Amino acid sequence: MTTHNPPPRTAPPAPDAARPVLTVRDLNVVYRGDRTVHAVKDVSLTLHRGEILGLAGESGCGKSTLAYAVNRLHEWPAEVSSGTVTFHDRDGHDLDLLALRDEELRRFRWSKLSMVFQGAMNALNPVTTVRAQLEDVLTTHRPGMSKQQRRARCAEVLDLVGVEPGRMHSYPHELSGGMRQRVMIAMALLLDPQVMIMDEPTTALDVLVQRGILREILRLRDELGFAVVFITHDLPLLLELSDRIAVMLRGEIVEYDTAETLYRHPRHPYTRQLLESFPSLTGERGAFLRATGPASPPAAGPAPHDQARPAGSTR
Amino acid sequence: MTTLEVRDLVKEFTLRSGLRRSTLRAVHKVTFTLVPGRTVAVVGASGSGKSTVARMIARLEKPTSGTITALGPDGEPVRDRAYRDHVQMVFQDPFASLNPFHSIEHHLARPLLLHGRAEGREEVREQAAQLLERVNLPTALMDRRPHELSGGQRQRVAIARALAPGAQVIVADEPVSMLDVSSRLGVLNLLARLQQEDRLAVLYITHDLATARHFSDDILVMNRGRIVERGPADAVILDPHHPYTRTLAAAAPNPELRGRLRSAEPEPKAATDRDHLTYDHDAGRWIDIDADQPAAA
Repeated sequence: MTTHNPPPRTAPPAPDAARPVLTVRDLNVVYRGDRTVHAVKDVSLTLHRGEILGLAGESGCGKSTLAYAVNRLHEWPAEVSSGTVTFHDRDGHDLDLLALRDEELRRFRWSKLSMVFQGAMNALNPVTTVRAQLEDVLTTHRPGMSKQQRRARCAEVLDLVGVEPGRMHSYPHELSGGMRQRVMIAMALLLDPQVMIMDEPTTALDVLVQRGILREILRLRDELGFAVVFITHDLPLLLELSDRIAVMLRGEIVEYDTAETLYRHPRHPYTRQLLESFPSLTGERGAFLRATGPASPPAAGPAPHDQARPAGSTR
Repeated sequence: MTTLEVRDLVKEFTLRSGLRRSTLRAVHKVTFTLVPGRTVAVVGASGSGKSTVARMIARLEKPTSGTITALGPDGEPVRDRAYRDHVQMVFQDPFASLNPFHSIEHHLARPLLLHGRAEGREEVREQAAQLLERVNLPTALMDRRPHELSGGQRQRVAIARALAPGAQVIVADEPVSMLDVSSRLGVLNLLARLQQEDRLAVLYITHDLATARHFSDDILVMNRGRIVERGPADAVILDPHHPYTRTLAAAAPNPELRGRLRSAEPEPKAATDRDHLTYDHDAGRWIDIDADQPAAA
């Protein structure tokens, strides 16, 4: 694979191809230092209204760096070196996100594009109540709201994500991991954003809670019509959840297609390797070394511990 | 030869809320046996009691009642201090389980010295190097500190540390859930290889049914402190009997079932009428552990 091989641009048809909400063109992000690290290379993506876009790849591939660049969260030594990020507002205006100045940026963030951060369950402030943290968003962005309106809106979003509104008086440690995660999603919903970026929102949760949250996201997407960028390394989950998937490897998008096509006909060897990294629940053992039966002899040959490691992995 | 026998294990925690006190039964009458060269997986959702079982076996928690007996190669029960040589644990978070102030060599040297496996600087270093080789790490890592290693490398160090005292039983509590996908299979395959080479008995705690199925011989499914289903791995996963096991299996992401999330039908709720029963695939029937029937191990 050559380094500057352009990613497949022939984006497949999206659910609502006529109405993109976020366009990323040839984005490059570098980390300056003794040795400059090119973390995101020539990435182009289009997010359509009501679409769930999966961003897959392992740690260090640049997927969080990309999300941070879209939300303008990078500070030195990270730097967006080239490219454009355009937000297509509901009212028809286009916003060049990379050109937003302080006050415009403050007004844009969270109200049009919100983010559920990685490790969201530990992202809440431990010393104040959930209510105070939710209301803080509204006092900042909706200064005209009365106390009653704020309270009502907080109760409303908690209800949306399936947390009993009475729990808003709790401190984060009084809630389970799944509930804290839901509170974070509620917080991201407060201002009715058009795009929500979710960075590994369910990684630390067990499968039952994870399924509950995924159902919630899809239901909210259907009800509120926002678009979601879902970042995770869990490819099987993305295949089930998203409309389209972009697979990232070392800062580049190596495959970008509908979930269906990516699953049935993965083209890039890295995608195939990622798919094989997850043993199937009901199918074959895949890359598993373990032989069946308790009495099997020790495995012969050289240690195959790196068999399943995709090329270029940093771990 | 039996390596570890767990019988009617019960753990209760006291909950305090203001002046009120109540007890929570986190583990209820759990019985199973670990034998050399076999892996038993315990699967269940968060809070099902699976980690409490692991912690009791590693003697980090004291059981409220029930027995945990480790038997040595001679058939005699392993006592007190020797128990800690015999049973070792690998923790979930390799970032928290290694001391950031100490070198990798120190992490391996401590158990070697404390458990009397090696004496003198030379011997300790030599054995530490051997341990690193066994877990497929270059011996050059010896003088590094944990933060210089990747997650997968750290978990390998944690496994080497568990092997250092000459453990026969390894309790691995979610050993790969914090790792990157690409290193998960590597670590599991390493555990499987070591297990077969050393005839280790492994207890694998996880909520990932797919790896539980492929990595272990037998599976115990836990829900609210009880084992609700037990049997050979393939039987439990491919032919689940308990409604809870079915719910758990259905919750795992499955690309073949694209679109089911979009359906309006509510999440299947596990029926409650069988909650107190255990389906035993070896016996081929339901067992009520509270009704004084012997639960087959």
